[in-house]
Amino acid sequence: MTLEFDCPAPSGRHEHIILGHGSGGKLGADLVARMFLSVFGNAAEDAAACAGAGRLAFTTDAFVVRPIFFPGGDIGRLAIAGTVNDLAVSGALPRYVSAAFILEEGLAMADLERIVASMRATCEEAGVVLVAGDTKVVDRGKGDRVFITTSGIGFLPQGRALSISAAQPGDRVLVSGTLGDHGIAILSQREGLEFDTALTSDVQPLADLAQAILQTCSSVRCMRDPTRGGLAGVLHDLATASRVGVRLHEQAVPLAPAVRAACELLGLDPLHVASEGRLVAVAPADEAEGLLAAMRRHPRGRESAIVGEVVADHAGTVVLRSRIGGERVVRPLAGEQLPRIC
Amino acid sequence: MKFLAEYRDGDVARRLLDAIAGTVTRPWTLMEVCGGQTHAIVKYSLDELVAPGIELLHGPGCPVCVTSLEMLDRAHALASRPGVILCSFGDMLRVPGSRGDLLGLKAQGADVRVVYSPLDAVELARKHPDRRVVFFAVGFETTAPANATAVWLARRERLRNFAMLVSHVLVPPVLTAILQAPGNRVQAFLGPGHVCTVMGEAEYEPIVRRYRTPIVISGFEPVDLLAGILAAARQLEAGEARVENAYRRAVRREGNPGARRLLDEVFDVCDRKWRGVGTIPKSGFRLRYEYRDFDAERVFELNDIETAEPAECISGQVLKGLKKPAECPAFGTRCTPQTPLGATMVSGEGACAAYYNYGRGGR
Repeated sequence: MTLEFDCPAPSGRHEHIILGHGSGGKLGADLVARMFLSVFGNAAEDAAACAGAGRLAFTTDAFVVRPIFFPGGDIGRLAIAGTVNDLAVSGALPRYVSAAFILEEGLAMADLERIVASMRATCEEAGVVLVAGDTKVVDRGKGDRVFITTSGIGFLPQGRALSISAAQPGDRVLVSGTLGDHGIAILSQREGLEFDTALTSDVQPLADLAQAILQTCSSVRCMRDPTRGGLAGVLHDLATASRVGVRLHEQAVPLAPAVRAACELLGLDPLHVASEGRLVAVAPADEAEGLLAAMRRHPRGRESAIVGEVVADHAGTVVLRSRIGGERVVRPLAGEQLPRIC
Repeated sequence: MKFLAEYRDGDVARRLLDAIAGTVTRPWTLMEVCGGQTHAIVKYSLDELVAPGIELLHGPGCPVCVTSLEMLDRAHALASRPGVILCSFGDMLRVPGSRGDLLGLKAQGADVRVVYSPLDAVELARKHPDRRVVFFAVGFETTAPANATAVWLARRERLRNFAMLVSHVLVPPVLTAILQAPGNRVQAFLGPGHVCTVMGEAEYEPIVRRYRTPIVISGFEPVDLLAGILAAARQLEAGEARVENAYRRAVRREGNPGARRLLDEVFDVCDRKWRGVGTIPKSGFRLRYEYRDFDAERVFELNDIETAEPAECISGQVLKGLKKPAECPAFGTRCTPQTPLGATMVSGEGACAAYYNYGRGGR
């Protein structure tokens, strides 16, 4: 007979988040040192001094996705990519991000480690440095495991001014890949709605793709990432701000078969479903084909497509020309299609 | 997508449109019965593509839209009771009752849940023996077998904490009511494809004979609908009136005998009030006496509730095909999917919602 002794966890090592981790005392300091500083490797100052040139671009975004781990990503990757992409589509080169964590008492330490490692990897992929952070802990039942807010700073070269109000009739609308993969991947995991699919979220940072687009086509009018509200929301904003119409072609919109099937089954319009690793670009007609070729050469834009054009008619309205030849108006999403997807 | 792309094929659709144009020698007025058909028609602009030879009126086949205010208010009253979990399909949550909607009750703390199948509600009852789970069963003959299965299972398992608030409606009586209504303009129906997969064709024969009105059972994809319109146009031009099945890949003449046996076991036919239309004799299902222990109207004492319908809403005339949504003065202004006055603006199958979402009545 052999006896096995369990080595008790050393004090200060916890399997789960407890309220004391948010106290600002020793436990909190340990958590920051062990969980965050060891991974991101920056001084624990309250504010970071950031170096860079050009005009500043600054953004912030909160992430409350459920579940926190989903096919193709997790809340950490999403929190970095989401903020990086907001900077990237503005034409800025993303450089620095901060992250604030709201942790629920009882969160498994192993889960937090996974999330933090994923954030680190995504930062490297995006070419940004995480330079500041904060942690709070709330009572069990007052949060949902973990919420993350990230802010980001990027630098805009002199003279670059992408604008949602710059579209002109004749311009082409391009997307960098299949739409709605993220929204449907999340949906496929939801309680009461689980369905088997090989679909994974498209969540990824787009800084390099956005830079490649700007290098190929300096006259690109604007870029946006079609997150909540989907392509319909982005194009509706464009049509309103630029006082133009937009015509989409149903056949040209790239959709993964699983997204098409799930939308059919659940009565969703894929034009309303969120992506977290795609961008929409609007470019002058004579440069669109060249830009499309450049986007398709980029590893994050292999399935890029020209999906429609900007028109002078019906300003403020997006229409979709169907396979059959009829046209219908594409409205922006009314209310929540699906809560907490990012 | 296999088995779907074929029915949205542009070339096939154009050939059918040409055939319809070549058949019609004078204008005809058709009504599509189902809300799902209405949405496909408006989404693909089929009504504009077949005009002016064919006018399409939108029918009463949206289950959420025709659920009476009294039933809705009863559901609200049940949801407000402590210990009750009220389950329904998603659209039902946003339909305005006399005093707000179920989502509003949920925000105030009522336990209201969206389920995707009535069997999920049965599962909830198993999981929560300390709570009373009520499933709000609305719909036509299409959804009735699944709802019947849920009650049948609950009775077999003696799940005493499961009950159903039944507001089922039936298609044939409402078609008769439309044809009898003064001012009726319907000359042929595109029949309800999904309903007929359950019920078959036979119960439409007496209507066709009595009113000399063709009924062409049709599917829900653009090519299905155009094929249905073509068949109806051919009958009208030839002066014929038959039940014709243009949805053979789904509908058999006898329907689904197994499902019909189950319906017969669980439900019997009753008079039913339709929102915006009024009471139609023998137009609904209710639970049989043998299932009374699962009938929410018997299990819970539901007193008569005073209802209040917005005066401005014309959904009743829309559901009967007398008016189109854009003819309503409130359409798109005081009444939108965010601020609906009536159920036809809420439901995924409502004609007003289809007009609004696909941009009809002014871009």
